[in-house]
Formats: sequence, C-alpha cells, structure tokens
Amino acid sequence: MSHYFMIFFNSVFIDNIALTFFLGMCTFIAVSKKVSTAIMLGAAVIAVEVITVPVNNLLYTFLLKKGALAWAGYPNLDLSFLGLICYIGVIAAIVQILEMALDKYLPALYNALGIFLPLITVNCAILGAALFMVERDYNVMESTVYGFGVGFGFALAICLLAGIREKLTYSDVPKGLRGVFGFALAICLLAGIREKLTYSDVPKGLRGVGVTFIIVGLMAMSFKAFSGLQF
Amino acid sequence: MAKAKDALLDPLFNNNPIALQILGICSALAVTNKLSTALTMTIAVTLVTAFSNAAISAIRNHIPNSIRIIVQMTIIATLVIIIDQMLKAYAYEMSKALSVYVGLIITNCIVMGRAEAYAMKNPVGLSFLDGLGNGLGYGIVLLAVGFVRELFGSGKLFGVTILNTVNDGGWYVSNGLMLLAPSAFFLIGFIIWGLRTWKPELQE
Repeated sequence: MSHYFMIFFNSVFIDNIALTFFLGMCTFIAVSKKVSTAIMLGAAVIAVEVITVPVNNLLYTFLLKKGALAWAGYPNLDLSFLGLICYIGVIAAIVQILEMALDKYLPALYNALGIFLPLITVNCAILGAALFMVERDYNVMESTVYGFGVGFGFALAICLLAGIREKLTYSDVPKGLRGVFGFALAICLLAGIREKLTYSDVPKGLRGVGVTFIIVGLMAMSFKAFSGLQF
Repeated sequence: MAKAKDALLDPLFNNNPIALQILGICSALAVTNKLSTALTMTIAVTLVTAFSNAAISAIRNHIPNSIRIIVQMTIIATLVIIIDQMLKAYAYEMSKALSVYVGLIITNCIVMGRAEAYAMKNPVGLSFLDGLGNGLGYGIVLLAVGFVRELFGSGKLFGVTILNTVNDGGWYVSNGLMLLAPSAFFLIGFIIWGLRTWKPELQE
C-alpha cells in the first residue's frame, strides 16, 4: 500500500506535472482566469488521466515493448518507435468516447465542460504522463495510481492559480469555495502574496499573462519545498 | 515578396508564439537550463513546424473538415517520430537529456496552432515560411532564457566555462535558483514585460 501512496504523493506534490515538469502549461495559463472553470477542467483532466495512462500501459506492455509480440510469434520485434503515434491516437479516441458518453448519460456535466474536453487531447500533461509511465516502467496498477495522482496534481495547481488570479482582478471567489481555497493557499504559503496582490498596481506591460508567469514561478518555488520530504 | 517576408519575420517579435500567442510554453520552460538542449529543441520544433505546415498546406483542399485534427495529428506525429529517431541515432546523449520533451512536440500548441490557423488557408511556400518563422520566434525566447539560465546558474555557455565558479576554484558564486524550474517562469514573465513595454500596442 505504502508504495502506491508514495507514487500518488510524489506525482501530486514532488513531481507536480504542471509546476515541476511544466506540462499542460498552455491550458494552465489560458483556463486559470476563473475558479469555477478551473475546477471543471481539473475534473476532466483527472478523468482522462485515470483512463489513458493504464490503457497506454497495456498497449505498451502487450504490443509495443521489445519482445511484447512474443505471443503472436514475433519475439524479436521492437515496435516502441511507434509509441508516440499510438499514445496520441489512444488519447484522442478516449477523449472522443468520453465526450460521447458524457453527452448521452451526463448532459449537464457535458455542457459545463464544453470546449475543454476536446482540448484535453492536445494537452501535453496527458501525453506527458503516458511517456513518463513508459520511462519509469510502471505496471498497470501503478500506472492507474500514477494517472490519478498526475490528474489530481494538475487540478490542484490550476485551481490554486485561478484562485490567485481571481483575487488579482477583485472578483469574488464563490462563497462555498472560500474555505477550501483559504486552506489550499495556506498549504502553498501563498496567502501572504495573495493579500498583497489584491491591492497591488501591476505595471502596464506586465498585466495579464506576464504577471501570471511570475505567480506560477512563485508557486513552483513553494512546491519545491515538498521535494525534501522523504518516507 | 512582402507577404513572404511578413510570414517569416512577423512571428519573431510582433507576434511571437511564446510571448504573445502563449503557445508552446511547456517545453520552453523545461529544456532551457542549458543552451545546448535549448538549441536542439529550437531546431527540432522549427523543422517540425515548417514541414508539417508545408505538408498540411499541400493537402489542405483534400482534407475533410470533420477529421482534419486527426489528419494533422498524424502528419505531426510522423515528423516528430522521425526527429526522435534521428536524435536517438546520432545524438543519443542529447536525446536522453531531452527525455520526454521531444515526444511532446506533438502536443506543442505552436505546431497544431499554426497548422490550424495558417496552413489550412495558405499555399505551400508561404506556410513553410510561416512555420519557419514561428519555430524561430519560439527559438529566440528559448535561447534567451537558456542563455541567462546557463550563464548565471552554472557559469557556462554551451558547456564552456565563462564565469569560473567557486566550486572549481574560481570567483563566481553560482545562482542555484537559475537551474531550478521557477526561474524559467520569472524569466519568461520578464521577457513578456520587456516586449510589451517596447511595443505598447501589445499590452492587455
């Protein structure tokens, strides 16, 4: 059990996919203007990661890895160079299936997610997780946990960023979420910065994207604090 | 001619993919702690963007609209696999250093974004130049960030010692933060700031 917990903890805090590996940055910066949409996107990313990482793992183990085709009579075949095109195909197909399934069974959620679901196909956090899974030789169970951890880490990071950005523009965080975000921000040691930014006068050239980069940099620094943790 | 020049030069500063279109940031941040990796990445992305733009533009009138994303994705993935295999064959150390980021060129929004926004509407030659320009615009930011990070983080440029660090018996106390992830965010933030102060019409 502790092994799985470690994979989870590692992928959420120490090797956070957004803040340590910089994957999924385009979406991370673009969709973090409002907390409510950030939560939606986070949920969608978790769902897609949990499904695609283990599926790609199976694909790699039974079709692509060197010697994986031994059951079909080709023990020396190494198809791992086809990995990239297979993973992206699997991801695109699964996102498409998920979209159709949600449309049929959970139309409310489908409408709420809107454009974010198809966009996840080109989110490098998803393909990145698949590639890291291969690089680290996880088995099916481990890759499921890893997928969930990566998705959760991304969701956490994007919600935090959205919380800070909402404060920057004076707009309100939904009431029910205030407590949660107060807590999460405290974890990240960012509460102080948030308060300061609320009343700050950002230089003209830095407004918008520029200052977002600086905030993310500070967040990444605070996540660095986790890297000293050992079990 | 003027159009060709615009297609090539506009993405360098006026419409820089990283600083203004905010595309392809992931790899820009991750591979810039050394100049050599930044340069390799620049070359790889420029080649993929240019050739995928040209290929997609060449068949743009034959791609059914409903499956265009998959077609573009396949073309891009094929080019990336070629680059990946080339690196593994001729520059194995470099390919190990770049690890998953070569594969992630597939999902680099610059490639996809230019295919969708430019190559689907313009002839082959112009699309090729546009891809080249965007790759180079991406490269300028990458090399600038890589330059600062390697010089101040380890006192070297392309692995050649410029500032002799204290660890090697020199005088320069290296700035460890520059080798860590967060510094890349700050540097890109500053680059955007600088660019928008230089060209005020780009401000938000």
